[in-house]
Order: sequence, then structure tokens, then C-alpha cells
Amino acid sequence: MKIVMAKPGLDGHDRGAKVIARSLRDGGHDVVYTGLRRTPEEISRIVMDEDANALGLSTLSGAHDVLVPRICELLRETGMGNVMVFLGGIIPDRDHESMFSSGIRAIFGPGSRTDEILSFLDEANSRVESGAPIGVGDEDGWRWN
Amino acid sequence: MNQDSLLESAANGNRRDLSRLLTYLEKGMKLNLPKNTNSRKSSVTGITGPPGVGKSSLIGRIISYWKSRNQKVAVLAIDPSSPRSGGALLGDRVRMDSADSGELVYVRSLATGGQPGGISSSLISMIELLSYCGWENIVIETVGSGQSEIKIVAFADKIILVDGPDRGDMIQAEKAGIIELADIIVINKSDLPGAIKAAESIRSSLSFADGKTSPQVVLVSAQMNEGIEEMMDLVENCDSPDWRQRIKIQERLMSLWDSRLLSSPDLNRVISQLQTGSISLDDALDSLTR
Repeated sequence: MKIVMAKPGLDGHDRGAKVIARSLRDGGHDVVYTGLRRTPEEISRIVMDEDANALGLSTLSGAHDVLVPRICELLRETGMGNVMVFLGGIIPDRDHESMFSSGIRAIFGPGSRTDEILSFLDEANSRVESGAPIGVGDEDGWRWN
Repeated sequence: MNQDSLLESAANGNRRDLSRLLTYLEKGMKLNLPKNTNSRKSSVTGITGPPGVGKSSLIGRIISYWKSRNQKVAVLAIDPSSPRSGGALLGDRVRMDSADSGELVYVRSLATGGQPGGISSSLISMIELLSYCGWENIVIETVGSGQSEIKIVAFADKIILVDGPDRGDMIQAEKAGIIELADIIVINKSDLPGAIKAAESIRSSLSFADGKTSPQVVLVSAQMNEGIEEMMDLVENCDSPDWRQRIKIQERLMSLWDSRLLSSPDLNRVISQLQTGSISLDDALDSLTR
């Protein structure tokens, strides 16, 4: 898969995002890392220019409740509803439901194993191939966790 | 959507469809472009150099330069795929902060390992597509550390070789033969000590070249945004001498030759035959190129 790994908003910590980017590369994926402090508009634009299949968002700042729905909305508005979105970082349990309902398919918090993320991507890929896509604009209610 | 309507839409400025078409080409598919008679050909600049000398930062400045002149620029940033996993980490965007907004810029990261014959044959079609869609300036970025990267960058009309103040790297470039191809040599990080000395030492080693037109050597600092205008002036006005164009064309030919060889459907069979010793290398080549 071609995956964009992005750091939205005013959050200066990207060790986690870089570790994930590297392990996805080692899992055979092409990973584009955006760098720090990207706006939702920039992120959806990068996903478009790169023609990515998936977008991984990493945020630790607590602004996920604003940034994540905005990014998902932008992807749908600009014809990229086929892109699958997953989330990582510090996302409190009480926010999980609203994050899932904004269109993401998985949340990986602290302590997640990189091989679990790879299994998730395999599953996502096989769903696309079997005609049950789980993009940010698809109605399917499937989620990883 | 079929390819023709995607193409029409991309030519009318739809980025989403341009991106999709580039993916087709990346996977090795072919696209029939109508002859583009009324628009002028894009200028294609290749940027190469050892890892860590600031190629991406410099491209960030080049993007800003063209943007401020209201010209469109498309960047194809090529990074190697891991030979073990087949995956790639494409991080060039991180240093191009001028790249993520505005209608005048398009940046696409490419991994080298997308298809058996390498990226070079699809790269030509990508350049043609971008040119057809009105991207007047096209930049190809590769890490210049080996023969395959030289072949990639040879698809550009003009080639910029970037180095830093630490002169050791340039010896690698000389070994690999990139210096022969360069139209301009840029010493980046001119704000650091040693840069002027590095430039002088390259100039003096080039002056031993036997009367052929040597590339210009310029000092810039992408970080401090110094020397960029002068460099771009040179890029836009330099003429590649005939002999250098011939080397580029030769590299392009070799690159396509390699890629045709490696994507031959008979490749595996021929390799097995070679392994068992049932045919000679000459026979193998004849049967693959027939």
C-alpha cells in the first residue's frame, strides 16, 4: 500500500510517527512522511498528490477532536473517500467513539505493537480486494478495534 | 473512469485525476498522449547528490522561486526501495515546506522498486504526462550514490549536482561519473565553514578537464535562502554542450535497455538456463532482445 503518515496540528513530537513509518516500510509498504505541523488542508492535499491508499494520523496534543473530523471531511469533499484513515497517539478512551464515527478505522495508542498495525493494514487491503472497501467515505461500519 | 476521460480531466487541471494517472504509469502501464502541439515543452531539471547535502531543502527554495514568478512546478522525488522488504520510506516532503499548498506546485514521491525494470521507463511517461498537463517546470530528485541514480537523472534536460562543504562526498560523485553529466555544481550550506574552500577545490579539479566546457560551480545556502536567485539564473540560461547531451542520451538509452531486459517475460527462464549452463551469456542476451 502507499501510505501517508501525517502529523496534524501544533504537536512537535514525531518519534512515534517515525517509528511507525519505518516499521510499515519494513512491512513492505511505501510510506510518505509529511513532517511536523501540517494543516488538515495540507494533509488532504498531500494524500491527493501522492495518490495514497491510506492515511495514518499521529497526534499527541489533544486536538484530535477538531483535527481528525476535519481531515476526514476534507478527504470526502475532495473525492478521496476511498482513502482508509487510521489514528495513533494519545486518544483518550472517551473520544474513541467520536473518532470512529468521523470515519477512521483503527486507533493505536501507546503500547501498540507494530506487527498489529501491519496485520490491520493486511486486513484493510484484503477487504478492498474482496470488494468491501473501508475508505473514509465508505458506509461499511467495519472497524479494527 | 476510463483513461481518456481521466486524461482530459487531468489536462484541465484536476489534480486528483493527474495523481491517478501517475499511479498507472508508476505501475508500468502505457498512456497514449495526444500530440501536444500548442504548448511549449516543459523544462526538466534533475537534481542529484550524496545523501544529506540538502537536495530537498534546495528544491523547497526552487519551488518558492518559481511560485513567486507565478510559474507552475512539479517535483518527482525518487527514493530507493528496501531490497529486503520492498517497502520504501519517502521523506523528501519533510524539507519542502513550500510544497503543500497552492495550485502552482505538485510534489510526488516515488519509490524505485515499483516494477521489475526499475522506474526509468515509467519516469519518461510521467514527465510527458506532466508536460502535457501544463506543468512548465519539472524537477526530478534522486540520491546520487550509484549508477542507477545517474541513469534516472539523465532524463532531465539540465542536471544540478549538489554537494556540501565536506569535499569527501564529491570524490564519490567523480567515481560514479555524475560530474561528467552535471551542468551546474552547487555547493550547498555556504553558511558553514569550509564551503568556499570546497567550491575552489572543485573548480580547480575541473580546470584540469581537457578544454571541454566545465560546469559552473556556485555557492548557495538553502537554509539561509542565499544564492538561490543566482543559481536559478544559471540553471535557466546555461547551455549544455553537445558532448554532455550525448552522454545524457547514452545514459537514457542504457537505462531503457536495462529496463526492457529486466521486464522481459523470458527473464526467469533465461536465468535458469544460464544457471544450469545450457546456454551462453551471448545466447541469453540474443534470446531476450529478439
